Amino acid sequence: MLDTAAFVARFNGSTSEFRDNRRAIVPAAKLSEAASALKTEFGFDMLVDVTAVDYLEYEGATDRFGVVYCLLNTTTGERVILKTFVNDPDPALPSVYSLWKGADWMEREVFDMFGIKFEGHPDLRRILMPDEFTAFPLRKDYPLKGRGERHNFPVITRAES
Amino acid sequence: MAEKLPDNVFLTTLDAAASWARKNSLWPMPFATACCGIELMATASSRFDLARFGAEVMRFSPRQCDLMIVAGRVVMKMLPVLQRIWMQMPEPKWCISMGACACTGGVFDTYAVVQGVDRFIPVDLYVPGCPPRPEQLIAALIEMQDIVQKTGTHNGREFGRRTTATGPIPIELDEIRRSREALPIVDLPIYNSPNLN
Repeated sequence: MLDTAAFVARFNGSTSEFRDNRRAIVPAAKLSEAASALKTEFGFDMLVDVTAVDYLEYEGATDRFGVVYCLLNTTTGERVILKTFVNDPDPALPSVYSLWKGADWMEREVFDMFGIKFEGHPDLRRILMPDEFTAFPLRKDYPLKGRGERHNFPVITRAES
Repeated sequence: MAEKLPDNVFLTTLDAAASWARKNSLWPMPFATACCGIELMATASSRFDLARFGAEVMRFSPRQCDLMIVAGRVVMKMLPVLQRIWMQMPEPKWCISMGACACTGGVFDTYAVVQGVDRFIPVDLYVPGCPPRPEQLIAALIEMQDIVQKTGTHNGREFGRRTTATGPIPIELDEIRRSREALPIVDLPIYNSPNLN
């Protein structure tokens, strides 16, 4: 069983807990170190999910983006949530692809939707939105209806088709 | 001349004969992306039996189809595909927009969902409903047969009349307001629509 308090103390992090969900919050600079420790020392061999939260205009928030890694130890069934924060103007994190191959598409999705770059990712392209798309739709400052992208297509009329 | 013909021979115009043949052998191209697609499948199933109208030959190659049924929501990533498939279908061809999403975007008034396929491809018939029942699609098909009988042959008259597109409407005021409220991004290149050719 991972002792989260002792674990985050190694990385100047903090911890919190909500209904058996244990979070280990570490600074972005210590993310690779913490992820690697969780994998090798504590046996969290499965990366269940990578996602992000935009804390723009969130009450009491000090950082713009939170990036969340949900980890699972498939031997013991133990779960932990590793979390870190990044900020504008150029949010970037080291990729955890070298630790968990499953990070490949998940990090691409976070990049596609939030514009957070993952350094060291082998193939950081858009995955959900079209390649030509320029915005990051899940950022809170992106309007729900977009900036007119959905209207921007050639029109085929009856006469020319 | 008619007096000399045997009883089992009819005289008609080629136009009417061709239209009659076309209307009774519509080959749909199912462009089904969502729940409407399931209703479309049900329409083709034995319970509703689209085969009664000669339209059971669903073809998944646009080269063999003359009726496109857009069933379900179309997103901006899929619209170039839809347009390409429409362009690949041989003439004469028709299009049914099935369900609220294909007609208007439905409840998905979001950045990615196209607000009605008729803004970008010509649509002959709209089927309301979310999703429409198979009976509604069958009613639309019968209606479509009527259209085909009347205007089936590509003789230029019908197509010449429809030279203007129904869309897209310029961004509505609400959208302008929303994008102004959003934090401006300096030098944001607008999304470049892909080239179909």
